[in-house]
Amino acid sequence: MLTFTIRRLLMAIPTLLFISLIIFLILDLAPSDPTANLPLTIPPDVRADIRASLGLDEPIHIRFALWLQQFFVNEPLNLFEHWTGWNFGGEDRTRVISWQTRSPVVDIIAQRMPQTLWVVGTAYIVGILIALPIGIYSAYRQYSIFDQAGTFITMVGFSIPPFFSGVLVIVIFAVQLQWFPSVYDTTHVVIGWDSFVIQIKQMILPVMVLALQITSQISRFMRASMLDNLTQDYVRTARAKGLKESTVVLVHVLRNSMIPVITVIALGVPQVFGGAIITEQVFKVNGLGHLLIGAIQSGDLPTVQTLTFIFAVLIVLFNLIADVLYGILDPRIRYD
Amino acid sequence: MLDGATPSVLDVKDLTTTFKTRVGAVHAVNNVSFNLKAGELLGVVGESGSGKSVTMMSLIGLVPSPPARVTGGPVMFEGQDLLTASNEQLRKVRGARIGFVFQDPMTSLNPVFSVGFQVMEPLRKHMGMNKTRARARARELLDLVGIPDAARRLDDFPHQFSGGMRQRVMIAIALACDPKVLIADEPTTALDVTIQAQIIELMKDLRDKLGMAVIWITHDLGVIAGIADRVLVMYGGQIVEHAPVRDLFANPRHPYTRALLLTVPNVRGERAQRLRVIEGQPPILRAAPTACPFRDRCEHAFDRCSRENPARRLVGPVHDVACFWDPETGASSDV
Ligand SMILES: Nc1ncnc2c1ncn2[C@@H]1O[C@H](COP(=O)(O)OP(=O)(O)OP(=O)(O)O)[C@@H](O)[C@H]1O
Ligand code: SF4
Ligand SMILES: [Mg+2]
Repeated sequence: MLTFTIRRLLMAIPTLLFISLIIFLILDLAPSDPTANLPLTIPPDVRADIRASLGLDEPIHIRFALWLQQFFVNEPLNLFEHWTGWNFGGEDRTRVISWQTRSPVVDIIAQRMPQTLWVVGTAYIVGILIALPIGIYSAYRQYSIFDQAGTFITMVGFSIPPFFSGVLVIVIFAVQLQWFPSVYDTTHVVIGWDSFVIQIKQMILPVMVLALQITSQISRFMRASMLDNLTQDYVRTARAKGLKESTVVLVHVLRNSMIPVITVIALGVPQVFGGAIITEQVFKVNGLGHLLIGAIQSGDLPTVQTLTFIFAVLIVLFNLIADVLYGILDPRIRYD
Repeated sequence: MLDGATPSVLDVKDLTTTFKTRVGAVHAVNNVSFNLKAGELLGVVGESGSGKSVTMMSLIGLVPSPPARVTGGPVMFEGQDLLTASNEQLRKVRGARIGFVFQDPMTSLNPVFSVGFQVMEPLRKHMGMNKTRARARARELLDLVGIPDAARRLDDFPHQFSGGMRQRVMIAIALACDPKVLIADEPTTALDVTIQAQIIELMKDLRDKLGMAVIWITHDLGVIAGIADRVLVMYGGQIVEHAPVRDLFANPRHPYTRALLLTVPNVRGERAQRLRVIEGQPPILRAAPTACPFRDRCEHAFDRCSRENPARRLVGPVHDVACFWDPETGASSDV
């Protein structure tokens, strides 16, 4: 297992380099210009100077190499210095700079990350915690009223896009009932119990919208996996041993059913970091999804590039984690 | 040998199991009655779909319900009727007093738990053993069923065992709590010939050593001849003939049994010849039988056979048959 993990990690390096090259080349095709937003009175030669100072007049392979150095060497070193307080003479290291804000992209991402993790991460956990029991019980009582209702609700959850369900919950809970705020206040700081309650309140609506989607997907998956296993011969063996029904279902069947479900859950984690773009827009959550949309709209290529690449890293990483989990959970899988 | 005075450990009366499926009802078991005596090995034969497995699983509530509905009874075991017993009471019987070995060893063990865990489970559940004691006992059991290096293999997973070894594990699980009755549902069908012979020897051995009664379901009359004391022949969800093994082979009465005996391969081990060599298809019972289920394939069938379902009638001290025809006279009886 360890050799497998190490081999996979090493294999991830060329994969990620290739992905970063593709992202770089595609974004290079975009007609974005970092000076486009500057006043028209700035003469063309000054604009050219600005471009040169950003290194944009170099040939593409030099720019790619530069980006690689900035992203893979300078930024990690910077982070490291930041965490440990040590200094490797980093003052003259160039960083990936946002065209829009002129500050380092990684700093912006670090600033936005908590918003996304709070809202989307909570929704993911809540969604899973609701989904698992629903999936298990629906499968155990297949075609019961509970199962039919569950099927209906998950279908609804699947098919209603968040820009509709988001507005719907805002109209109901924020406008009509006035229970929760309609806009997520990013600047809110939790300092005590009261401010914590406010934080929870403002999270409820976006979390609700996202959790509905997540619950719908995972509970369907859980149900299907349970149904696959409930009819297996080993379940009859477990009953023939005189085990309690709860042991049969929650130990024997569940342990087998969780294998594919856990890998699906792991594969879904990058989406949590990717942010829920639409939901973040609807509730004005100032997270990564919001950042990405803003960067795309203003042609801020370094930000788009960095975010996209970070998502790519997370996807590759969690694919690996899913595989490793599969190997741990299923004794039949051998990775050597 | 067993005689009439040996007490019954299991007494089944009029057991009936019906499945409600989307395409209609399946009357899989119809009014099956039989008994099992202490220490006896009762063979059950019949072709695929004749209701052997469903009968035995119905006894202890192992048929999925719905779609199954089990009626009739009583099924008396150790002073209680298993059909009316509560789930709680049934669970105390299953795995503890009645052990079950299933048809397919490849799929009957849970793939994600170690073999040791699965053998220890009934011990901990029914005998209240702690982990250490259950583990020691599990090791003994694996030894008993002939798994070499048992102590080390406890932590292995089912996929690390061959089919024959898995079936031994299943037998170890069934034997774990010293059951009074062991039901073995085609325990050797999925295995190759030499392993089959080993498992059969093992079961004979264990029966003698532990003194439990065994119900042995099989397709294979050759196996039955070697180990059974009495035999039930099933057809279309009914018992069509019941006799001590010697009588059955010497003097088969039911046309189906006779056809079966003709299809038994004479060279032991030539098992390509299954029971299905009898012409025609086994019936699918959409309704409770009102005629002899074998009539479409029977060479002796006559009018009465399609009007009436023959009841079992005695033709010897412990020999009965459900057929109107008499092989001695060649005439139909009680017309
Ligand atoms: N869950 C079920 N739903 C519907 N019908 C069933 C179900 N289980 C069994 N049956 C039907 O009951 C009948 C008897 O099946 P059973 O498994 O007892 O046969 P068998 O004698 O054990 O055959 P085999 O030798 O193939 O194991 C068959 O017609 C089968 O289709
Ligand atoms: S009752 Fe009739 S049809 Fe049935 S087995 Fe006997 S002779 Fe054949
Ligand atoms: Mg069967």
